[in-house]
Amino acid sequence: MKKIIASVGGLAAVAAAAFGLYAYHGEIGPRDAREKPAFDSAVVAKGRELAAAGFCAECHTQPGQAPYAGNYPLDTGFGIIYGSNLTPDPETGIGLWTEAAFNRALKQGVDRKGRNLFPAFPYDHFTKMTDEDVRAVYAYLMSEVKPVRNQVKDSTIPFPLNIRWLQSGWKLLFVDFGTYQPDKGKSDLWNRGAYLVEGVSHCGACHTPRNLLGGEEKSRQFEGAVIDKWIAPALTSANASVVPWTAKDLSGYLKSGVSQYHGVSVGPMGPVVHAGLRKLPDRDVEAIGVYLADKLKTPDFDPAKNPLVQASLATGRTDRTYRDDEGKRLYVTACASCHYNVKEVLPARPDLAINSATRISAPDNLIQVILNGVVSDDGIQGVVMPRFRDALSDQEIAAIVNYLRGQRAQLKPWDDVERKVGEIRKATTTRH
Amino acid sequence: MITFKLNGQDVSVDVDGDTPLLWVIRDELGLTGTKFGCGIGMCGACTVHVGGRATRSCATPASYVSGAEVVTIEGLDPKGAHPLQTAWSELNVPQCGYCQSGQIMQAAALLKDIPDPTDDDIDAVMTGNLCRCMTYIRIRDAVRKAAATMKGAKNG
Repeated sequence: MKKIIASVGGLAAVAAAAFGLYAYHGEIGPRDAREKPAFDSAVVAKGRELAAAGFCAECHTQPGQAPYAGNYPLDTGFGIIYGSNLTPDPETGIGLWTEAAFNRALKQGVDRKGRNLFPAFPYDHFTKMTDEDVRAVYAYLMSEVKPVRNQVKDSTIPFPLNIRWLQSGWKLLFVDFGTYQPDKGKSDLWNRGAYLVEGVSHCGACHTPRNLLGGEEKSRQFEGAVIDKWIAPALTSANASVVPWTAKDLSGYLKSGVSQYHGVSVGPMGPVVHAGLRKLPDRDVEAIGVYLADKLKTPDFDPAKNPLVQASLATGRTDRTYRDDEGKRLYVTACASCHYNVKEVLPARPDLAINSATRISAPDNLIQVILNGVVSDDGIQGVVMPRFRDALSDQEIAAIVNYLRGQRAQLKPWDDVERKVGEIRKATTTRH
Repeated sequence: MITFKLNGQDVSVDVDGDTPLLWVIRDELGLTGTKFGCGIGMCGACTVHVGGRATRSCATPASYVSGAEVVTIEGLDPKGAHPLQTAWSELNVPQCGYCQSGQIMQAAALLKDIPDPTDDDIDAVMTGNLCRCMTYIRIRDAVRKAAATMKGAKNG
């Protein structure tokens, strides 16, 4: 028994020691901040592109403040983490960071001092980047971004989740470290797209659901997730669009912010396009389209020929049924100002459902009055009705007549009212 | 020659009988408070009273009102202080103002026939009077307010 206890205890001690070794990272010494970093301008330009493609500025800039100076509040669901200061300021930014330290942060999620970074920083994606690309981003930040002294606030992550060495357990569970390895069975373009999507652009950070501990559920990659009170749609065959996203649709959308058949990039997706992917070379955006279309399993099919597009156009088209109520609407506009009663019928507000002209065998009298009005020495002395012969067409007058006869008086409709309006219009002129 | 009463005065005009009453009022007789809107009796801007009835003057030939009594916004109240005009001013109903004389003339006829209108009654009778500034909500408030004032005056 003792032996068993001893051996279990021994195993536990070995495991603890192994974990300790895994979790331990030393400090990487500071660089000389007085030394101005010298990088080739092409490297800096590439870094600028990659920083855009990784949307770095989004989480590392407080709205309205200096770019990359940090303190953007990111609500993780576990607490608020403030984006760190990525400017080359030696005290509050990354001014003392060597390239090796920067590389370790992106590829292993460890800061210069050797402390684990919280995975709100998507190092689980950046680990896929090549050392060369990481170096380019470092070159860009160190030589083109202005140093800003801005102390970053402490996160509000509660104890014990805020214990940094515990993050090593999270890494063990959820992160596959290592640079992206091309799939030999796929095209170069596909592999380029995969490299960008899975790495620097970290699409899965929003589009893949997370488990209770905040790790991306790899078995449910790109199945869609809720983010900042928006829904990041599925980038799989479960995508709800009736018109499948083709590679061309995807790259066009990521370059312009709009897809003809799907909509526009808004909410958290707005900056992904406009501060991010559109700054990549066209070929890279095309590659992302090719890769994502494969994930979405969409056939390359001309959307304009999609029957659902045709159906949508057809159901959206207005037709004449919207004018079914035309007679009623015209009545309300042209007639109800006088021909409307509440509790009693007033002689000067003739109620037309009971009026003889509406109930007689043919529409002639009603048409006559609408066309030519009532003169002051007819009817009630001194009261007139305007004439509508110059205002309404035969068809419009017929609509009013039919409304009064059918809906108001509830009588069998008269035949051929419109033709009759035309005949009476021709046969009569205004009386003077 | 067409003769009728305008705001209590006898007037005679020498115009073609087909001339819309609106042009007679504005151009021949010089009262420009009544406005031209659509010209086909659909917007209500030209509303005047003929024999006490709200009437679209643009679609009413001058010959039709021969011998009748016509009242325009200028003649609604000698001091311009009809309860509707007062309510209109107190509630700042008009925005651009173009349709408002027609609105007031229509509302005056409404209150004569239906002294205590519901919102639905107001909407039904006022719907033919369009307002491009969408002052409808204030128009409705002012009609209700004027109705209350007139009721109070009658009871008092």
